[in-house]
Amino acid sequence: MSRFSERLKSKKFIITCEIFPPKGTDLTNLLKKAKALKGIVDGVNVTDSQRAIMRISPLAVCHILKEKGLEPIFQLICRDRNRIALQSDLLGASALGIENILILSGDHPTIGDHPEAKPVYDLDPVQLLKTARVLEKGVDLAGRRLKGTPKFCLGAVANPSFEPLELQVLMMEKKVRAGAEFFQTQPIFALRTFKDFQKKVSKLEAKVIISIFLLKSLKLAQLMDEIGLKIPKEYLKRLEKAEDPLKEGMNIAVDLIKEIKNECDGVHLMALGKEEYIPEILKRANL
Amino acid sequence: MIISEQKPKEEILEMLKGKKRVFIVGCAACATKCQTGGEDEVKEMKKVLQKEGKKITGTIVLDTPCDERIMKKDLSFLPALKNSDSLLIMACGVGLQTIGKLIDRPLVPALNPLFAGTTERIGRYYEYCSLCGDCLLDKFEGLCPLTRCAKGLLNGPCGGARDGKCEVNPAPARRSGVNDEIDCVWALIYEKTKEPLKAYYEPRDYKKILMPGRRVVR
Repeated sequence: MSRFSERLKSKKFIITCEIFPPKGTDLTNLLKKAKALKGIVDGVNVTDSQRAIMRISPLAVCHILKEKGLEPIFQLICRDRNRIALQSDLLGASALGIENILILSGDHPTIGDHPEAKPVYDLDPVQLLKTARVLEKGVDLAGRRLKGTPKFCLGAVANPSFEPLELQVLMMEKKVRAGAEFFQTQPIFALRTFKDFQKKVSKLEAKVIISIFLLKSLKLAQLMDEIGLKIPKEYLKRLEKAEDPLKEGMNIAVDLIKEIKNECDGVHLMALGKEEYIPEILKRANL
Repeated sequence: MIISEQKPKEEILEMLKGKKRVFIVGCAACATKCQTGGEDEVKEMKKVLQKEGKKITGTIVLDTPCDERIMKKDLSFLPALKNSDSLLIMACGVGLQTIGKLIDRPLVPALNPLFAGTTERIGRYYEYCSLCGDCLLDKFEGLCPLTRCAKGLLNGPCGGARDGKCEVNPAPARRSGVNDEIDCVWALIYEKTKEPLKAYYEPRDYKKILMPGRRVVR
């Protein structure tokens, strides 16, 4: 059982974060950031060409992080692989000792840097969760026997800002039935959003890890607001007035974590390239 | 019906480069309804090509260029083809290839076939069916997620929709430059019933759906 999986099964608070693989093969910067996170977080998500922008394989990065003693969470999306490639990568991850898999559909190619690419979506996330559970039984989707059986700790995503919220909750219930043991959410900014969401998911038989986003600049906050993530006006004002917006963004993250940490299973920090500040944020939030 | 759009004039002229004597074929079915290859459009195309110095050896609007039987009955235009070095086809790719089975001449497509769609009005078409070979509309209140969800998700929405609108700009609107956001089909399904959000749908059988060219032989 992976360290992350053990943590999920304990009653302890869960802390995860994510790092973005680079476009290219130079991992110097990524490894520097990873070093700062070692021993601080319970799991590090490695994104899979997020925002549909082509980047180095997360499986390769997960493997390297694991060798360095970190606990990777391999993000596996449905956008770029058919069911043959998905199963193949799941087996590959298992052989590399990577058990933690976060399954998601993946941003559509048209919003990324290869908008001409053919979208695959052969399996949807629910079907992929089920597929991973099928592999654990020692057979593949075609019913053929595997030589060596994998073991996974499976997660999925949810969006607390989605309206109607009930639709997301129904999806989460379906994903739990399909095999999800944990959820990592889209970032929340407004306490109201968190409370409404938490009320509806507290009975789910899965750990729900709430994402906290580091608003490192006013511009970024405005952009997030525009794409519908509803940043409270108060935060925008605080960032506007601040001499050091990054520091103010950290203050906001710390405040949010303190507000929610006693009511949720864990937090997931999205620092967008500022991962070196994660230890400080956690320390100030008394985690 | 098959929704189509006309290719840009420059592209058509590029394909007709070196061709001097052109015969134009229109379609009285879908391309007429779309106003991309009917009588009026064929006439207009004739004028355009004449202006560019092409000799138009003749024009015809075939009833259903996609139906070989009807085509065979009406090959009255064949003599005119003797003097033609190419045919400009203002029909979909099915029409063009059916014509190609009967006529051995260079065929040039004037249209881009887009999808099987519904017509709201001329110029507003929506793809509602992927011709997938395994209709599931009974399970989704008559709304097709395979076609109308940008990701074709069968078990419910992704988290990307905002205010009931898809994160992906719809292709037809993008082409025409019209700002016409596409509905998240899962929001529409949910308004009618919650059942599809509770049931599990198996992965699709893409043997029925994908290339090579599907056929019905009986």
